[in-house]
Amino acid sequence: MIDRLQSRLLGGATLLVILFLNMPVWIIGLYAFTTEEAAFTFPLPGLTTRWFGVAISRADFWEAFGLSVRVATVATLIALVLGTLASAAVARTRFYGREAVSFLLVLPIALPGIVTGIALRSAVGLFDLPFSYWTIVVGHATFCVVVVYNNAIARFRRTSWSLVEASMDLGANGFQTFRYVLLPQLGTALLAGGMLAFALSFDEVIVTTFTAGQQSTLPIWIFSQLTRPRDRPVTNVVALFVILITAIPILLANRLTESGEQNLEK
Amino acid sequence: MLQRTSNFLYLRPKILLAVLLAPPVFWLGVVYFGALLVLLVNSFFYLDDFSGVIVREFSLRSYAELFTPANIDIFRRTASMAAAVTVASAVLAFPLAYTMARKADRRIKPLIYLSVMLPLWSSYLVRVYAWKLILAKEGVVSWVFEAGNLGWLLDRILALPVIGGPSLSISTLGMFIVFVYVWLPYMVLPIQAALERVPGSLLEASGDLGARPVETFRRITLPLAFPGVVAGSIFTFSLTLGDFIVPTVLGNSSFFIGQAVYSHQGTSGNIPLAAAMTTVPMAIMVVYLLVARKLGAFEAL
Repeated sequence: MIDRLQSRLLGGATLLVILFLNMPVWIIGLYAFTTEEAAFTFPLPGLTTRWFGVAISRADFWEAFGLSVRVATVATLIALVLGTLASAAVARTRFYGREAVSFLLVLPIALPGIVTGIALRSAVGLFDLPFSYWTIVVGHATFCVVVVYNNAIARFRRTSWSLVEASMDLGANGFQTFRYVLLPQLGTALLAGGMLAFALSFDEVIVTTFTAGQQSTLPIWIFSQLTRPRDRPVTNVVALFVILITAIPILLANRLTESGEQNLEK
Repeated sequence: MLQRTSNFLYLRPKILLAVLLAPPVFWLGVVYFGALLVLLVNSFFYLDDFSGVIVREFSLRSYAELFTPANIDIFRRTASMAAAVTVASAVLAFPLAYTMARKADRRIKPLIYLSVMLPLWSSYLVRVYAWKLILAKEGVVSWVFEAGNLGWLLDRILALPVIGGPSLSISTLGMFIVFVYVWLPYMVLPIQAALERVPGSLLEASGDLGARPVETFRRITLPLAFPGVVAGSIFTFSLTLGDFIVPTVLGNSSFFIGQAVYSHQGTSGNIPLAAAMTTVPMAIMVVYLLVARKLGAFEAL
């Protein structure tokens, strides 16, 4: 009797917390259709799809979106290369300073974003470099590496090394072994890591506020709207758009990690 | 050529290792770590009050400036918020993590997992924005209170000193809610991982020895899950300490550490003071991590 009550309570609490975690995103979806321009009245006074058209015709939105995509793409590519190299080194060999390397990789996300941001900013300032597209990319790649690294190293640990030895015994050289044996094993993990890195970069605002010059990425555009709201309806639409853009890679990454691990278990 | 390179590297694993490590270590060890060192060096410079120029010579002036009452207030405010957010996250995360680890069956579990992962990875900024809508004076929360004829209660809460404000979307209470919301997944996952490692046989043994479920929970499950709570608290605490978005969007004029750092380096151009100020959350986190290690949190990460 008491047990059943407890399990009901637990179930209820769980449901409430899940709602708390997910409901705000639905609210964004709802407000993208509001007819109101100057306030956030709930229930919505009316529904309209006209803000989607307005948002699409805005040049500043497309500029910010384009910059975000270009930054996230290049940052992800850099992170993929660096993360894979680092995980290959750390996964299989023990060497002096191994702990230090894995510590170094985690540091950019372990330290608060402002620390990373202001550190990069003062370094850029010290060498009198101009703030540009590339300073944003450097900042983003720095914290994206660890995401790829985590995914890749988990897969490396679960890949049996006898496959590599067998490939070598059968006469493949190191590059062929990497291309035909290791890469297919790592593939889904790298894809998943890359997608998460893309989502992370696409959405980053704290480090970016320090490393961007005059340009604004999409999150910076949203942040400026948050502090000085001018176009609320357009911001609502953009917010929904960002949620969708980031949700797709996350869902795919989740799927890929699961299916990759099932393949290994077969 | 390829064959030769491959053989060369295969026979000399140390060189292979160096080739693998060089690019990531250069990036993070030289570019990133170098930037951190520049920051540290900057914190020993100071801004000349009269000329407004940064004086590049060793001095502890910027550090001394940290101890003005206004700055100490900022640190205290930020640390108390971080502590409150951490406690609230742990309380909310526990039932969810427990359901994920112990109760949910195979069909529901991936769904619950996704409902934690999706908020964790999806746009942090947009999720903060969502709360600006929800907490607005004319927004969802007010509507719920009005619909329940509890509008007076909301007004009473907002009239409270310290936590209140003109509306929930500009108040310390609102900030607290949003912080808990954005960092909650970071607490759920380590607790869930810790709970999954509690062996079922221990729980059965406890039951066989006559403990009621509540007692088993209190004396077996909770102590074994505690390192997971501490591991999660590292994230919630550290993330709250360093954030400047939530206080900027929902806060009033009283600063948090992140905002103070941001404004010092930006409008007033006082990078040395901003640099010195970032050492405060770092120092707090070092102490926190040392305590957490004592409590066994690193095994639970």
